[in-house]
Amino acid sequence: MADTAALENSKKIQTLRKSPASVLRTAFEAGSVPGTVELREVPFLTMAGLRVDPAGEAGKRLGTVTGGLPSASGEVRGSGDTAVLWLGPAEFLLVAPAESHESLGGELPRALIAALGDGEGQVVDLSANRTTLELSGPRASAVLEKGCALDLHPRVFKPGTALSTEIGGIPAILWKTGDETYRIFPRASFAEFLGRWLLDAMREYASTEVP
Amino acid sequence: MLLIPCPNCGPRDETEFHYGGQAHVAYPENPAELTDREWAEYLFYRDNTKGAFAERWLHSTGCRQWFNMLRDTVTYDIQAVYPMGEPRPDKENAATGTTAPTLTSPVSPEGAVK
Ligand SMILES: [Zn+2]
Repeated sequence: MADTAALENSKKIQTLRKSPASVLRTAFEAGSVPGTVELREVPFLTMAGLRVDPAGEAGKRLGTVTGGLPSASGEVRGSGDTAVLWLGPAEFLLVAPAESHESLGGELPRALIAALGDGEGQVVDLSANRTTLELSGPRASAVLEKGCALDLHPRVFKPGTALSTEIGGIPAILWKTGDETYRIFPRASFAEFLGRWLLDAMREYASTEVP
Repeated sequence: MLLIPCPNCGPRDETEFHYGGQAHVAYPENPAELTDREWAEYLFYRDNTKGAFAERWLHSTGCRQWFNMLRDTVTYDIQAVYPMGEPRPDKENAATGTTAPTLTSPVSPEGAVK
């Protein structure tokens, strides 16, 4: 456990950091159409890349920390506010609140590294690799459909599903967290591009519908 | 645009994949014993098939896994998808002289469907 002074210092440093889409914060507010489609960044979520055979001993140990590991494309497992997304047969992305990170007094990724032990696999802190954009509202899927080839029909793409795919021509992970809510994880360097792309796709819903 | 049925994720756009060239090109057992010509043939010479062609693909934007695919180079018809290391699925049938080979088609609805 980090000593208190080091933790206080670490928390102080956190206040200075800038999230990858922070330059667009006011643009997201201006471009959101309340009740129709809204966009915001959820910065600094704790993320960890897990590479492990889910059926092996190390995979089982990691599963007890995370609340299970998903077993097929699209599946999301987890417990409480921690989710594990399927990226590949032996590759997973853990997503947890910012406060779960050890630099803010949480236990991640330390608890995962301890669970892996000397077992075969990897636990890598990827919290700075991607940012999170949250797109919500009854028009959210219509906005995504402009640049995502997946079948987003609610009959096919159900809440609690996450897929690694392309949105607006860039690679991103798309996680449907609710009936009308999506979390999109672009890599940090793509965050501004994707933010502007989504704002552009949302623009038509700000004007009144032509009868 | 090809719609490629990834064995892990289901059908996805071609832009999510990377092409890995001809499949079943085995690494030479004793590369040091090859002549320059044999080594060059291993490295650079590939079939230029008209018709069913076995090739490697990587689902780079999805599950990041390699697989083999049998694709008709004339019609672009995807005839089979099978794991790396497995024999080409249309060959044994051709050898026994049977009619149209039965090919496994992994095409399923979107991988996410539960
Ligand atoms: Zn795949």
